[in-house]
Amino acid sequence: MSRQGARLDAKKVNSELFTLTYGTLVSQLLKDYENVDEVNKQLERMGYNIGIRLIEDFLARTGSGRCYDFKDTAEKIQAGFRIFLGVSPTISNWGPGGDEFSLIFESNPLTEFVELPDHCLNLKYCNILAGVLRGACEMVQMEVTSWFVQDQLKGDNVTELRVKFIKRLEDAIPAGED
Amino acid sequence: MVIYSVYIVSKSGGLIFNYDHSVPKIETEKTYSFPLEHKLVYQNKQIVVAFGQRNGVMVGHVLLGVNGAPVNGRTIEDEKNPRDAFEVLENPENYPINLKFGRPKMSTNEKIFLASMFYPLFAIASQLSPQPRTSGIQSLEADTFRLYCFQTLTGVKFILIVEPSQTGADLLLHRIYELYADYALKNPFYSLEMPIRCDLFESNLQSLLEQSEKAGISSV
Repeated sequence: MSRQGARLDAKKVNSELFTLTYGTLVSQLLKDYENVDEVNKQLERMGYNIGIRLIEDFLARTGSGRCYDFKDTAEKIQAGFRIFLGVSPTISNWGPGGDEFSLIFESNPLTEFVELPDHCLNLKYCNILAGVLRGACEMVQMEVTSWFVQDQLKGDNVTELRVKFIKRLEDAIPAGED
Repeated sequence: MVIYSVYIVSKSGGLIFNYDHSVPKIETEKTYSFPLEHKLVYQNKQIVVAFGQRNGVMVGHVLLGVNGAPVNGRTIEDEKNPRDAFEVLENPENYPINLKFGRPKMSTNEKIFLASMFYPLFAIASQLSPQPRTSGIQSLEADTFRLYCFQTLTGVKFILIVEPSQTGADLLLHRIYELYADYALKNPFYSLEMPIRCDLFESNLQSLLEQSEKAGISSV
């Protein structure tokens, strides 16, 4: 950690405030769009825009280097969840090619007080996370995609986010980096 | 401990931020009699001392004022009668005359130009290297300053220009990166790749630089 503990703590907020703010955002989107698929798409887009900025914060705080293997990436994503959401998802279910893994959340701060109503069973409530991952990885020249395969809101035991590596964005790698 | 200035160059090579911290102001004003002891030439839209370095006026300094009126290009911006500076200086009747010389100031345009020139230089350095996978220029040394460059994984370059004896620039650059992540990127009204006009960022940067000048970089 590059920052001193005291300064980091000063920026922490109560996670309930965050949970509720996110809930407000999702329910407002549902009102605005009246279409669950569109809301999923908007959440992903917002997440993307957050991700492309958040990555700098992550890099500046952790001082971590470039990943040369998707296993490194997985660990860094895990660390990112610890820093920004205060949860430690477990990494599991590696694909045979080493380009796919799952993040298993025992608990999810975003969904703490949430029950999905019947008319939005297709809603990917936490879809913002998929967008954040895509945006953040894109800024470090990696194209990834992610989707939810299990969701506690839909009765599963855990929430599982599957992350898949698509390609390295070779053109975008800054000079002097590779 | 002197930190001269800070530049931030975006991924695409454009200057998105620059801040001059403590660039000493060098100006000399003196009354001259005919003939003038400095040889002046007109270049780059400025009147420059080409030869005849004495009394604190160096070769390369530019003419800033004549008898208290500012000089712009080769014109003396006298409110009542703007005149050509060379005509005035060549006429013995105008002497004694009061002239102000000083170090040329870089315009914003020139800074943008230099920042985009550093960009390919950085790339060339990494390609010229005998070793594969070399970084670009991390520091550049001259007799009066040292330039430190830190490129983030996302391609943003942070450039710090300091006194040659200054140490610990890497640490300071990293702190500036943290400030950028906090105060520029978390500002919802800042769009990526655009010039940074965030007062909070600038004031925090300023206090960081002041603090590191006073108490040493290791204390920040």
